[in-house]
Amino acid sequence: MSKLIDVSDLNIFYGDFLAVEDVNMTIEPRAVTALIGPSGCGKSTFLRSLNRMHEVIPGARVEGKVVMDGQDLYDKDVDPVSVRQHIGMVFQRPNPFPTMSIYENVAAGVRLNAKRMKKSDLDDLVESSLRGANLWNEVKDRLDKPGMGLSGGQQQRLCIARAIAIRPSVLLMDEPCSALDPISTLAVEDLIGELKNEYTIVIVTHNMQQAARVSDQTGFFNLAGVGKPGKLVEIDSTSTIFSNPSQKATEDYISGRFG
Amino acid sequence: MTTTTGKNPQPSREALQAIDQPLSKAALPRWAPWGVLVLSVVVALAVLLPGGTSAGAVAVLAALLHLVLTAAVSGAKEGSRKAKDRVVTALVTIAFLIAMVPLVSVVWTVVSRGAARFDAQFFTWSMQGVIGEGGGGLHAIWGTVVVTLLAALISVPIGLLTAVYLVEYGARSALARAITFLVDVMTGIPSIVAGLFVVALFALVVGPQMRIGLMGAIALSVLMIPTVVRSTEEMLKLVPNDLREAAYALGVPKWRTIVKVVLRTSVSGIATGVTLAVARVAGETAPLLLTLGLTVGTNFNPFEGRMATLPVFAYYQYTQPGVPAQAGVDRAWTAALVLIILVMALNLFARLISRLFAPKGSR
Ligand SMILES: Nc1ncnc2c1ncn2[C@@H]1O[C@H](COP(=O)(O)OP(=O)(O)OP(=O)(O)O)[C@@H](O)[C@H]1O
Ligand SMILES: [Mg+2]
Repeated sequence: MSKLIDVSDLNIFYGDFLAVEDVNMTIEPRAVTALIGPSGCGKSTFLRSLNRMHEVIPGARVEGKVVMDGQDLYDKDVDPVSVRQHIGMVFQRPNPFPTMSIYENVAAGVRLNAKRMKKSDLDDLVESSLRGANLWNEVKDRLDKPGMGLSGGQQQRLCIARAIAIRPSVLLMDEPCSALDPISTLAVEDLIGELKNEYTIVIVTHNMQQAARVSDQTGFFNLAGVGKPGKLVEIDSTSTIFSNPSQKATEDYISGRFG
Repeated sequence: MTTTTGKNPQPSREALQAIDQPLSKAALPRWAPWGVLVLSVVVALAVLLPGGTSAGAVAVLAALLHLVLTAAVSGAKEGSRKAKDRVVTALVTIAFLIAMVPLVSVVWTVVSRGAARFDAQFFTWSMQGVIGEGGGGLHAIWGTVVVTLLAALISVPIGLLTAVYLVEYGARSALARAITFLVDVMTGIPSIVAGLFVVALFALVVGPQMRIGLMGAIALSVLMIPTVVRSTEEMLKLVPNDLREAAYALGVPKWRTIVKVVLRTSVSGIATGVTLAVARVAGETAPLLLTLGLTVGTNFNPFEGRMATLPVFAYYQYTQPGVPAQAGVDRAWTAALVLIILVMALNLFARLISRLFAPKGSR
């Protein structure tokens, strides 16, 4: 199911402001790609441009190509809605739907799109997604309770379950552990390790150790100065980036000698 | 700052001493405010009673005495900060009581005068063939219910969709700004203007002398739509953007996101706003006077013939009571009482709705 994504000459704008400039990278299938870099360098912006969530913001636009399966996602006749059905996303802050129960939250991708599905099939989908997100054992007795009643870490895993319940080929995660305690973080990291057997995963993180632990390749974004656009400095296998990067800026950032 | 020598400002000795003060201080007992209150009332009575007095004068004097005594007692025993706190608490409470006076007095007047005809006959009879005593307001009750429901039926879809456009689609467009401006202007339209507008409109389109329930309903919607737009808009703006993005990220189209996430999340607030808007227009008199006129019989059909409504019924029963006059005046008060009960019921209903639909489990 997982897919390769080829990004070429990507410029990302907020109105007239060029936020990210000239990104070229290949995101490998069945692997975890980590994106690191200082705050404000455009990691989230880049991530959101991969599933066309960027253009949801008024005035935001993108130039360049994002090719998945030989299809440019920014082609004129590509429907952003169906792109998002193939490329799921987990946000930095957990955002379960407050009006829905745990069950309904996981089933939201199906229910909100009014897809027809047998009750038993939906039950199975919900269970397998919650198991996939390592949450099943904690919530199996209270599936009809509100999703907002869970702890922050549980809510984040609920959002992961919701994202994988639409069976995407690619999963984008924007700092999924930034609001979590070490134990939940570990649970999510384990989960990422399992998910990469099926999905292409791109994860933004500020945690160097986390990038080193979970990812196969790592991309480093940086920005030259305030008001300047962010740039992809380099992308390589995680071991190369962390042991022997080709750019000085990368080495400085990783070893904490930044800025 | 007066000492700008470039050094870190040092806290003065006095400031440090203030921090050094003991944590516990003398305090008045908990019943003290009540004690002061009783004392003030007694003193006020003692001063005013000998010369003959009214309840209002006693209340005013007692309130002033209460403020002064509170300040004096608390200031002497507890220090100035606590005294200020107590005086302001007393002031706020007095302001609240003053605000309650007209409300309680209105309810009291209407209930006591409306009680005379608050009987089974009022709810089962119209004024068909009634001269003098007896009769009832059934036709007016039905008229109010039909016209208000029809008004809600017209304004809720229009208002709701306008608000959705403003929040979800219009964002910063010129059209949206123009609509917002017009809605604001419409909020301030005097209700009589709404009535005249509808009369003029029907005179142009159908011809003069037309008086049907629909006209009243349209006049009420002119008044209702801006309120519905405003309250719905506020509610939609309260829905966090995170939720919209969460839905988009699941590959849900925009319109489904609006219907199933945005509206669903804000439905309790919207329903409350709509119900309050209905309650607000249910008591409108001027536009209904112009557009509906009055009849003596029950008319369920808003598309044909005049209709009686509670406010107009009350108005005519009071201004043209007939003989004996008391019978008409009594009917007017009872109509007013029924109207108040209807509006109150709508308000309670609004609370029930907001309780029922509110998102569960949020902490
Ligand atoms: N909605 C927006 N409108 C305008 N500019 C924005 C918007 N969101 C982000 N930006 C700008 O785009 C640039 C990149 O922001 P982005 O959120 O992608 O950074 P980031 O790398 O994810 O930072 P962090 O690590 O703090 O999350 C910043 O200069 C930011 O100010
Ligand atoms: Mg970010």
